[in-house]
Amino acid sequence: MNWLRRHVRPEQIRELSLLALIIVAILIFGSLIEGYYSFRTFNRIASSVAIITVVGVGQTLVVLTRNIDLSVGSICGFTAYFVGTLIANHNGINPVLAVVISIALGAAMGVVNGVIVAWGRVPAVVVTLGTLAIYRGVLVDLSGAKTVTTDSLPQWLVDLPRLNVVPIGDLDIRALFVIALVIVVIFQFGTSYLSFARRFYAVGSNPEAAQLIGLPMKRIVFVAFVASGALAGLAGFMTLARFGNITVEAGRGLELSVIAAVVVGGVNVFGGSGRVTGAMLGAIMIGILEQSLFRVGISEFWRDALLGLLILLAVASDAVILQRLNQLWARTELKRLETPAPAPAPGTPQS
Amino acid sequence: MSALAGLKRWETLLFAVLLVVMTLNGIESKYYWGVGNFVNLFQLSIEKSIVALMMAFIIIGADIDLSVASVMGLAACVMAWTFQQGAPLPLAIVMALGAGVLAGLNNAFWIAYVGLPSLAVTLAGLIGYRGVARILVEDRAIGGFPLWFNTLGQQALIGPLTLSIVIFFVLFGFFALLLHASAFGRLVYVVGSNIQAARYSGVRVGLVKTTMFVGSALVAALAGILYAARLGSVRGDTADGFELDIITTVLLGGVSIFGGKGNLIGVGLSLLVILNLRNGMGLADITGNTQNYVVGGLLILSVLIPNVYQDIQNKWKGRKR
Repeated sequence: MNWLRRHVRPEQIRELSLLALIIVAILIFGSLIEGYYSFRTFNRIASSVAIITVVGVGQTLVVLTRNIDLSVGSICGFTAYFVGTLIANHNGINPVLAVVISIALGAAMGVVNGVIVAWGRVPAVVVTLGTLAIYRGVLVDLSGAKTVTTDSLPQWLVDLPRLNVVPIGDLDIRALFVIALVIVVIFQFGTSYLSFARRFYAVGSNPEAAQLIGLPMKRIVFVAFVASGALAGLAGFMTLARFGNITVEAGRGLELSVIAAVVVGGVNVFGGSGRVTGAMLGAIMIGILEQSLFRVGISEFWRDALLGLLILLAVASDAVILQRLNQLWARTELKRLETPAPAPAPGTPQS
Repeated sequence: MSALAGLKRWETLLFAVLLVVMTLNGIESKYYWGVGNFVNLFQLSIEKSIVALMMAFIIIGADIDLSVASVMGLAACVMAWTFQQGAPLPLAIVMALGAGVLAGLNNAFWIAYVGLPSLAVTLAGLIGYRGVARILVEDRAIGGFPLWFNTLGQQALIGPLTLSIVIFFVLFGFFALLLHASAFGRLVYVVGSNIQAARYSGVRVGLVKTTMFVGSALVAALAGILYAARLGSVRGDTADGFELDIITTVLLGGVSIFGGKGNLIGVGLSLLVILNLRNGMGLADITGNTQNYVVGGLLILSVLIPNVYQDIQNKWKGRKR
């Protein structure tokens, strides 16, 4: 037990328990559904998880700073639609350029959110609830009720979701899932080791202290929103690739799944704690529920009710259980510090 | 002193905006100044207006309730489902109100007694209650309610006023008294401006919050039933996304999202501004979509402008010194 306390932090227990829950869910579904353990199931879940994960990583950064970004669904839809239209009109466009444009478009919308939150001192809920409506509204107005269709897109884009990047036997690791994994790895390492990214935690866990030690609070919150927008833009490109047919309704309601994933993944809504990998685990949990419930014979209409319950349980367990664990850990640490250290030998010069 | 002056200024500003909007509307369309148009203007979003009144309490209490629109949908679906199972409609309505109270109690339990943030709890509610509504109704549309129910929702009851409008005015009066002339109203402000101080001075914070969240859900359920009566049919996505408009109205009315500040006069004025703005845009052939994002912009500006104003004022003072 002591070994456990010394080497595992409470947050990691939170993630491990979620991992255990995911395994239990897979085992339950596996025993109920014939042929559940197949590569088809894996692919189906993986491609639904990929988009939520990418947006969830950005959302994690924002939530770490004690804010929230409700506009990601609109940003994702906006980007999917406009980049889709652009590619449909210019089929010869360079794929890399298309991705860069998606990310830039998303980041630009994130800049608007970030500036108003950080420098306008308007609460993030208010700003992003407003831009949720504004981005979507502008999209609907500009689109003129047209849709992007698969047959107007170039072949490379249509093939992208089925592109097999790492074939392991029969198991495909497809392009969208690889993108999500790469994003998670980059941001997990970034938020663990880069001093700038550690500041997200500092700002969220104790804003007053962060202010006092002279962290550029506004710039940090701003960067979080820009990152969230940029990743939502990337997700817009992935949405375009995955579905091909894009209406102005694309990405509507995505923010709810994303916030659900982040919260279920153990990112604290009060800011300051949580990890990018947690957000991915949350997305996987939700993806498994989404893609499996209807196969057990539970109607898809149950999904939202279960999702709501899951969020509630996640937040509650965060508040209640994690607090207990933290106290337990702190007490152990205290005991370790209290055991008298060997007294310095008499006569040793004190520096 | 300065806070009071600021509040007064905000309401004056709203009133001025209202006058401008009404004048412009009058110039824009000759149909604007008519009793029919005004009744229509109220009737078209009367359910949101009703819910906004209770939302004002919650935001003044430094909380937020994102689940109201889903509770509206849930109540409407519970009513429709119970009715479809063969129960008489009055019983179905009571069931719907009961569902609202249960939803409110659920919110209140997690917020007031477990101590979770209302944003997270009501977000779970937003998804979860909508989910329960979908389980009940699935992808059907349930209609065929008795004639008296639809008539009550659609036809004028007193003079040109419909039942919903009458309920709105009665509730407005009641809530204004409750917030501004009762002990409970003062407690809402105390909890909203400094929850620690409220706890230390013996205010039963949990009870105040429970009352607010159950009240909010009950009013939302009532609004959901009225909405069903007006539309004549209920679907799983009834009242989907209404929370944006409701919260916008309250914040535009000068209620601070940080709690402790605001009053129902401001909320009433902001209701009139938004309704007249939407009505005017509608008369000028501007689509509902454009109206939506104009309202979204208003939401941001209503908090941004006072902040920027304060910044400028501070700079000005600094220069004088």
